[in-house]
Parts: sequence; structure tokens; C-alpha cells
Amino acid sequence: MNFIEWISQPWPWYISGPLIGLTVPLLLLLGNKSFGISSSLRHICAACLPANISFFKYDWKKEAWNLFFVAGIVAGAFLVAYFFADPQPVQLNPQLVDELKGYGIDDYSKLAPVQIFNWPALLTAKGFIMMVAGGFLVGFGTRYAGGCTSGHAIMGLSNLQLPSLIATICFMAGGFIMANLVLPFILQL
Amino acid sequence: MNTTISTRQETNTDFEVRSLDAVCINESTLKHPWWYNFKYLFAGILFGILLVKAEVISWFRIQEMFRLQSFHMYGVIGSAVMVGMIGVWLIKKFKIKTIHGEPIVLHPKTFNKGQVYGGLIFGFGWAITGACPGPLFALIGNGATAVIVVLLSAIAGTWVYGLLRDKLPH
Repeated sequence: MNFIEWISQPWPWYISGPLIGLTVPLLLLLGNKSFGISSSLRHICAACLPANISFFKYDWKKEAWNLFFVAGIVAGAFLVAYFFADPQPVQLNPQLVDELKGYGIDDYSKLAPVQIFNWPALLTAKGFIMMVAGGFLVGFGTRYAGGCTSGHAIMGLSNLQLPSLIATICFMAGGFIMANLVLPFILQL
Repeated sequence: MNTTISTRQETNTDFEVRSLDAVCINESTLKHPWWYNFKYLFAGILFGILLVKAEVISWFRIQEMFRLQSFHMYGVIGSAVMVGMIGVWLIKKFKIKTIHGEPIVLHPKTFNKGQVYGGLIFGFGWAITGACPGPLFALIGNGATAVIVVLLSAIAGTWVYGLLRDKLPH
């Protein structure tokens, strides 16, 4: 096995998790920055369409680091796709594979199901709900909660913040409710 | 019923910038040229690689997590938090400074009801799209171009929150 083959494998949680955790001290050391990603969406609003809303009237240029960081995420993911992508489909619990087969999802070639997340699907009820409505909930919810998985679950918990623990519990609760009770109906559309 | 608005308490519109969004505070007094931000681009590249190789940007992995069918996501998030905690603790204990010699300042978060309501709403969206904001950027870079629509919609959601913010319970 050469180096490229070795690094192309999916990295197990005990390798990737701690490295993701190191992002917290890294950003603090680089310049006193609190790790958080959903704020970048706010800065984009402030930069492109502040529309006289007080929430978007602040000096977003001071927070430009956050936009550089998310641009880096896009670039990093691009590098993986072109140089050391995992050639194998994602290894999943057979129970999930069985369940998804019932909804006609059987393509595991990409990390996100291409049968749901594709351009033509935007014109279907299912695709519209999953991409447009789902995305809206992510943007609205993270800002309302004051942070996302990175700002609350990772940065906030690392700093032992109780509000972040409450937020994280609510993220998970919302996810469990949606994935188990509501999403099956959406996937059947 | 008293309808005089003048007696109503001024709603504090600044509380959020200080407490809900610690990221919107820039304590740095140093003036660096703009290209210093490239260090964050490199940090982002590393983080983007990690998100993909950890498979946390996979819709399938998120479904497994919410069905308790795999330990993977719990392992990633759990170990990330453990390492982050140790990192923050070390920084506080040894009063470590930034690479530019500034003291590191951490901001406590204050509780407000938004963390519950917003948290649940984000949870719904997380289960549907299989992505939080970071993975949205990573999925696009990784070649799932249709996710651009999900990201634009998330930006729209953020904007609508800003529009309705004063009417929402916090």
C-alpha cells in the first residue's frame, strides 16, 4: 500500500475526531479566534444584503478571517476529491441500507446521496423540501441558537459553557425527532 | 391594558453581538495587513480535509447517528470535544498567548431561549440535509454542486432570522 492509498482511506473517528478538536486551540493561537462556522453566513448577509437590518450592521470586514476559513473548507474538500478521495462507498449499518432501499436510495458512490441532492430534483417536492427548506432551517436555526455544531458543540463545550450544552442537546433532540418521525414521510414523496 | 409604548423597556439590540455571537467580537488591538488572514485559509483547508476524511459531511453518516446505528459520529464529536477541552484548559492554565503575543480571551455565553428553539430548528434541518454549516461548504468543495442551493437557502434563513429577530422570543 503506497502513501496515497493509505491516506485515501476514511480516517477512523479516533484519528479525525481529536484532529477536529485541535482546531479549537489552533484558531485561538493563530489570533484569538473562537471556532465557529455559522457566523460566516451572517457575515455574508452583512456583506451582501444588510438591508438596514441592525443585526447585519456591524463591521463584517473585521470578521473576514471567518470567510477565509470557510473558503479554506471548500478548498480542502476539493483537494480531497481530486487527490485522495476514498474509492470505496461509505461503509454503513446494513439496517440503514435496508431502510433507504425502501425509499429508492441505493447509490452510495458519493458522501451525499446523489439521488436526493441533485439539480433536477429541485423541481420535485421531495428535493425542494430537502434542499431548500432543509437549508433554510439550518441557517435560521443556527443563528437563532447563536451557533452551530462547531460554535456550540465543539467550541462551547470545550470552554465548558452550559448554554452550549443546552443548545447541543436541542440540536440532537431536533435531529432525532426529524430523522425518525418526520423524514420517513418526506423520503416517501 | 396599557398600550403606551414609551413605558416599555428598551430592547437591547446589542446583547447578541456581545453574548450570542462571541465570534463577532474582535478584541484584537493589533492592526495586521489583510493578507494575514491567509493563515485562516490554511487552517480552513486542513479543517475541510478533516471533515471529508472523517465522513462527517456524509448524509448517510448523519442518518446513522440519529438512528443510533453507528458510534462513528459520536466518536468524532466526543473526541473532538475532549481534545478541545484539554486545549482550552491548557491555554487558560498556562496563560498561553497567541502567535502575535496577545493574551487569549475566551467569551462566556449567556443562556437565552433561542438556544432551545433555534437548537431544535437547526436539529430538524441537520437531519434533513445531513449537514451543518461547515459540511455545507465541504460538500460543495467535494463536488456536490447542488448543495450550493442548500447553502444559499441557509444564508436566506440567517437573513430572515436577522429580519425577525426582535419579534422572536429569546
